[in-house]
Amino acid sequence: MMTTVTTASRIPIDGPIETPWKLPYRGTVGMACLIIAESAIFIIFVVAYIYYIGKSLSGPTPAQVLELPIFGTICLLSSSIFVHFAVSNLRKDNLRGCTLNLAATVLLGTIFLATTAREWYHLIHDEGLTIKTNLFGTTYYSLVGLHATHVVVGLIMLSLTLGLSLTGHVKEEHSEKLEVLSLYWHFVDAVWVVVFLVVYVLGR
Amino acid sequence: MTTTPVLEAVDETLETQSRPPLNVIYEWLTTVDHKKIGLMYIVYALIFLVIAGFEAILMRIQLAIPNNHFVSPQVFNQLFTMHGTTMVFFMGMPILFGMGNYLVPLMIGARDMAFPRLNAFSFWISAFAGLLLYFSYIGGSGLYAAGSAPDVGWFAYAPLTSKVFSPGHSTDYWTLAVFLSGVGSIGTALNIVTTILCMRCKGMKMSRMPLLPWLYLVMSGIVFVAVSPLTAAQIMLTLDRYLGAHFFDTQAGGSAILWMHFFWIFGHPEVYVLVLPAFAFANEIIPVFSRKAMFGYPAMVAASVSIGFISLSVWAHHMFTAGLGPAGNTFFVFATMVISVPTGIKIFNWLATIWGGKIIFAVPMMFMIGFLFQFLIAGLTGIMLAAAPFNWQLSASYFVVAHFHYVLVGAIVFSLFGAFYFWYPKVTGRMMSETLGKWHFWLFLIGFHLTFDFMHVPGILGMPRRIYTYEAGRGWDTLNLIVGIGAIFQAAGTIVLVYNMIYSYFKGKEAGHDPWDAWTLEWSVPSPPPSYNFAIEPTVSSRRPLWDLKHPEDPDSDYE
Repeated sequence: MMTTVTTASRIPIDGPIETPWKLPYRGTVGMACLIIAESAIFIIFVVAYIYYIGKSLSGPTPAQVLELPIFGTICLLSSSIFVHFAVSNLRKDNLRGCTLNLAATVLLGTIFLATTAREWYHLIHDEGLTIKTNLFGTTYYSLVGLHATHVVVGLIMLSLTLGLSLTGHVKEEHSEKLEVLSLYWHFVDAVWVVVFLVVYVLGR
Repeated sequence: MTTTPVLEAVDETLETQSRPPLNVIYEWLTTVDHKKIGLMYIVYALIFLVIAGFEAILMRIQLAIPNNHFVSPQVFNQLFTMHGTTMVFFMGMPILFGMGNYLVPLMIGARDMAFPRLNAFSFWISAFAGLLLYFSYIGGSGLYAAGSAPDVGWFAYAPLTSKVFSPGHSTDYWTLAVFLSGVGSIGTALNIVTTILCMRCKGMKMSRMPLLPWLYLVMSGIVFVAVSPLTAAQIMLTLDRYLGAHFFDTQAGGSAILWMHFFWIFGHPEVYVLVLPAFAFANEIIPVFSRKAMFGYPAMVAASVSIGFISLSVWAHHMFTAGLGPAGNTFFVFATMVISVPTGIKIFNWLATIWGGKIIFAVPMMFMIGFLFQFLIAGLTGIMLAAAPFNWQLSASYFVVAHFHYVLVGAIVFSLFGAFYFWYPKVTGRMMSETLGKWHFWLFLIGFHLTFDFMHVPGILGMPRRIYTYEAGRGWDTLNLIVGIGAIFQAAGTIVLVYNMIYSYFKGKEAGHDPWDAWTLEWSVPSPPPSYNFAIEPTVSSRRPLWDLKHPEDPDSDYE
């Protein structure tokens, strides 16, 4: 390292200030950016799915094998409400309510993941549909799998938060941070609405 | 308005204490300081610039004379693949992210980026991606089959990338390297946006922010919506190659055109990801060396934002010859023509800034003048290629190669070199040598025009790109020889630059904190800036805070 010369720094410290000077919370902005980037990824997979509907050269077709995952969808969408309650409880310093709502979110998310796993097991073992089988398999497993990956990531983060909350580490001052996590979870739910419509309604 | 009191903070740099070298290395490896990460980005990008430049020279030697057998066709394919991939993902993006990393927090009066550890993560994952790409030279077909680098072109068109046509692992290395570099880019872009929106110092409203952070904001926005599709496409390609999926497998009903769409949805906005920072440097340097405030600040911001949006609807002008049909072609011709409007606004605003100014022809300004002219020419050939019938004639010819190198080298690299000379004193505390700088400028300028002006002609005469050699007597020989000589001039210029940077680090004259008499916040702190940037976070009341400080009798804030 070279020796640096000591210089005076000349910084204005007292200009006319627009009060109050308030900037957005960086966690929220960062998560919003991540959501935009992730949405772009999902759009590409959805476009590929829509583009390849009905282009498979061999069976099975979606109409033959897919069933509407109503139960899983209800679980996932309602978990979004619970994570919202968790944040608002934490903001009101109701730590117990926050923990309970977080637990409900994790539980419902896990149930959703289990329904997806059951569906995949059924498709692979009973129907013989894998990612290799045809274009439907290729696009179906990649799009639903990409969403499931996001559910897994969200569940890991929510479970960690739940663990911290059970051990009493989550306090009112963390409500802004929990809100960032809840934004991610809402995003995962919103993507599921699109996936549900494209794969199970439009695709059939 | 009261005059602004000035804080005289004495800077106690820790760097003055001598420390064992291992500690210094450890400190750089674990740093989360935006300035050190920025510098590491720049150094790593310069290393890749030299590597990819060397690949370009090898290609030009191969093409300098007809029927040459200097390299084999396979090696030539690897050379243009590696040259393109390296220059875009491991030289262009990292070096611009590095500059942004260094400058954005300083210019908006922040002490660091919004997420310093994410920043370090983004850097290291990009660096790892670069190493992974070059590891393919020894590992692409297993460790014992050296020399098997990717050879599918930087566009990696399907079905060339399928297992059948591209066995071994070289394409997988390419895919993974590009994927990881995308992860790093998205992380950095996220960081830059958050820093700009959440870390501005008191009084720096968006309408007072310097244009460089503004353009980095737009550029990062494009990264989210352009690099993510590429990441998605890389996932699909990997699924195709490893799990037997059929996204781009035409034998199973998949579509090769879909890959082209996904690639160019990334590929064209990427040009603006690279060129917007170049505009950003011009926006900071041209006013300082014209001694005038930037002309038309709101118009510049509006033009940049509209470039950001329009750039997302032009990708298929890379696919006119793929058979999209008249409606598709017409739309993309029109969208591409429209983007020249905001770009024209920018050029006119730069000219209006220079107009009537007291122009100082220091090296940074010389590079900016070169940038202006060359960017104009690049834009003109761009408009030619945007016309579908003309494009049908010249698609995949050397005319196209000449056009995009005019943008990438003539505009972006020239602007970047100008930025090096402009901010080097801030980074190191020493000036770069003006004499060597002029040598660098003229060598590079002559080399650039020899190479890329003449490259248009064989393209018009019908020379396709990506061929490894050609027959004599088609009128391409002399032209290709001139192009090759130009490439050597450019390499010589770059060597002068690297020498200048190293020489000036030790022997350059002391710069002081504000050698150019500039007016943005980074010039208010010592050179090099201390690790916390600002002893006390500044407050600004106009677009040119240092001007206000230096000219209390006529501050900008009176006019806003």
